[in-house]
Amino acid sequence: MKVKVLCFGITKEILGGFEKEIELLEGDTVSALEAKLLADYPDFSKLTSLRIAVNEEYGNNDQILTERDEVVLIPPVSGG
Amino acid sequence: MNKESNIEIILTEEPLSVEACQEFVSEANVGGIVHFIGTVRNETKGKKVTHLDFEAYKPMAISEMKKIALQALENYPIQKITLHHRLGKLNIGEIPVIIAVSSAHRVAAFDACQFAIDTLKETVPIWKKEYLEDGEVWVSATP
Repeated sequence: MKVKVLCFGITKEILGGFEKEIELLEGDTVSALEAKLLADYPDFSKLTSLRIAVNEEYGNNDQILTERDEVVLIPPVSGG
Repeated sequence: MNKESNIEIILTEEPLSVEACQEFVSEANVGGIVHFIGTVRNETKGKKVTHLDFEAYKPMAISEMKKIALQALENYPIQKITLHHRLGKLNIGEIPVIIAVSSAHRVAAFDACQFAIDTLKETVPIWKKEYLEDGEVWVSATP
């Protein structure tokens, strides 16, 4: 399945755009997406942290993703 | 008491107003108001900053700011709280964030304001890029 991932901050530069489709397997979790991103884009390992939001909430590692989810990469935030 | 009417969240490209924040939190039974006003500094780690650019994952930024305001109302004996954050390009001295808290007694307002800005910096999906004389950098992204 293809999951649409939105990118903010430095993740936009690592993936080369605001929106990317990532190929995942049915039943893949937030952790699986993170592992795939690290494998395909080694620059992710340079980040202080990476959180993944699912449908406007911080996702849990074992949360299963579907094609309908809005998945967003959250590099270290720096508001204020 | 309706909690929603005691909080206000604004995320905007327009300049922020301290007066607007003060007006929202002012009430007859309030004995003090604390404001935190963040401003754009002209240097970072010894390098000259020319300007900043803020972006947000807007729907989630608003919901996380709302959680902070509701949590502050829950945890501290305060009357009202408002969080305003600006997005886009900001020059030196401009204001990216204002938090205003009102309470009957000052300690609660100071504590709640500190809690709100500290938590905002940890949980709200807003990012700033610093434009320096010799390049640009996403703040806090890498160690």
